Amino acid sequence: MLAKRIIACLDVRDGQVVKGVKFEGLRSAGDPAALARRYNVEGIDELVILDVTATLEKRLAMARTVRAVAGELFIPLCVGGGIRDAGDAAAVVEAGADKVSLNSAALADPAIITRLARQYGSQAVIVAIDARREGSHFAVYSRSGTTAASRDAVEWAREAEQRGAGEILLTSMDRDGTRSGFDCEMTAAVSTAVNIPVIASGGAGGFDDFVDVFTSGRADAALAASIFHYAEHSVSALKAHLRERGIPVRL
Amino acid sequence: MAIALVDYGAGNLTSVRKAFTHLGAEIYTPESPADLSRASAVVVPGVGHFSATRSLTPDWHAAVREGLSAGRPLLGICVGMQWLYEGSTEAPECPGLGVVEGRCTKLTGGADRLKVPHVGWNTLELAKASHLLESLADQSNVYFTHSFAGPVNDATAAATQYGGERFAAAVEDGLIMGVQFHPEKSSETGLAILRNFLRLVARTTQVSR
Repeated sequence: MLAKRIIACLDVRDGQVVKGVKFEGLRSAGDPAALARRYNVEGIDELVILDVTATLEKRLAMARTVRAVAGELFIPLCVGGGIRDAGDAAAVVEAGADKVSLNSAALADPAIITRLARQYGSQAVIVAIDARREGSHFAVYSRSGTTAASRDAVEWAREAEQRGAGEILLTSMDRDGTRSGFDCEMTAAVSTAVNIPVIASGGAGGFDDFVDVFTSGRADAALAASIFHYAEHSVSALKAHLRERGIPVRL
Repeated sequence: MAIALVDYGAGNLTSVRKAFTHLGAEIYTPESPADLSRASAVVVPGVGHFSATRSLTPDWHAAVREGLSAGRPLLGICVGMQWLYEGSTEAPECPGLGVVEGRCTKLTGGADRLKVPHVGWNTLELAKASHLLESLADQSNVYFTHSFAGPVNDATAAATQYGGERFAAAVEDGLIMGVQFHPEKSSETGLAILRNFLRLVARTTQVSR
C-alpha cells in the first residue's frame, strides 16, 4: 500500500537552517547536513531544502549545502528557492537534487514548468504554492509571501499540473510556523482538484494534525519544519502514531 | 570491474551514479554502443517519458544483447526497466529491448481512482527467489515515481499494488534484471539491492575470467 509521506523541510539561509513564523522572524535551527542525517535515521521519507531568502536576495540555493546533504542520504531530495531559469535548475540538479521546487519563477513565467518537465521529467518538477485565505478563496502569493499573485490556489494548481508539474507543495501562509494545524480545507480543495500528489505544509503542531491532513485534508504527503528541528517530536514517534490511527506509513 | 551507466538523455543520472559510487563501484558513461564491450555490467536508468528510449537505437539494442550473451548482468531502472519489455503504450512507436514479455501500460489508479502518477513509498511483494532482492524482507518499502508499469509474469521478482492494480516492481530472468522503483532513492533497502547487483557482477566477472 502506498504510504503517506512525511517530509522534513530545511529552510536554509547562509548555510544554516532557520525557521520563522508566518514567513517572518527567522531564527537558527542548526546545520542542514546534521539535521538531515538525524531525520534520515528517524525514518524521514523525503527532504526539502528551501533557500528562504534566495528570491528576495536573488541568490541561488547554496549548492554546497545541497551537495553535503545529497552526498550521504539516499532518499528523495527537493531543492527550491531562487530558481529562476533552466540554468538555476541545472545547478541544483547537478548538486544532487532529485526535484526542483518552483514558486515565484513559475508565477512570473508558467512556461518554465513545461521546459523543466521536458528536460528532467515531471517527477522532478514541484510547483510550490504559498496561499492564504482571502474571503472564500485561497489567494496565491509570490516572492516569499510578499507579493499578491492575483491567482487562486486551486486554479493555479490545476494549471501547474497541465503544464507538467509532478507535485504541488501547498503552504498555508496563515498557518506557517503557528503549530495550529494544517489548513485541511485548503489542502483538500487543491488535492481533489488535481491528479498529482499534494504535499501539505504550514501549521504542523502535534501528531493529530498529521492525522487530520491525511484524512480530511486528502494530502498525499505532509511537510513540517519546526516540530522536527527542535527535537520536540521525532519522525519515528509521529509515524508510529499515524500507523496506530490506520494511516499507512513507511516504518 | 567497470559498470556502464547508459546516458540516453532521459533525465538526471546524478543520483544513480552517486549511489553506485557510494558503494565503491566504478562507473562510466559509454560514448557509443561499442564502448559497452569493456563493461562488467550495464545499467539503463531513466525517468520521464518512454519516448526518450528512442535514443537507444538498434545498435544499442544489439550491444546490450551482446553483453547479455557474454554473461554481463543488465539492470534497468524505472523507464530503463520498462525498456526491457517489448514496449510501452506511452510511446508505441518505440520498441523496447524485448527481453521481458509483454508491454507496459498506464496505471489506472484502480477502482479507488487513486492519483496517477504513483509517487511515494510502496511495498514489495516478493514473487520468487532472486539475486537482486536477496535477503530483502517481504513488504519492504521502496520509492516509486511513475505512471506506466509492466505486467506481472514469470520474470517478476516482486510485485506492487496500487489502487488494487498489481504490476511488476522488479524483474529477474538470469542476468536480466529491472526495478520499476528507484533503489538509489530507497534508503537502506535500495542500497541493499544495488549491493546485491554489484555482488552478482563481481561473481560473473570472476567466472568470465
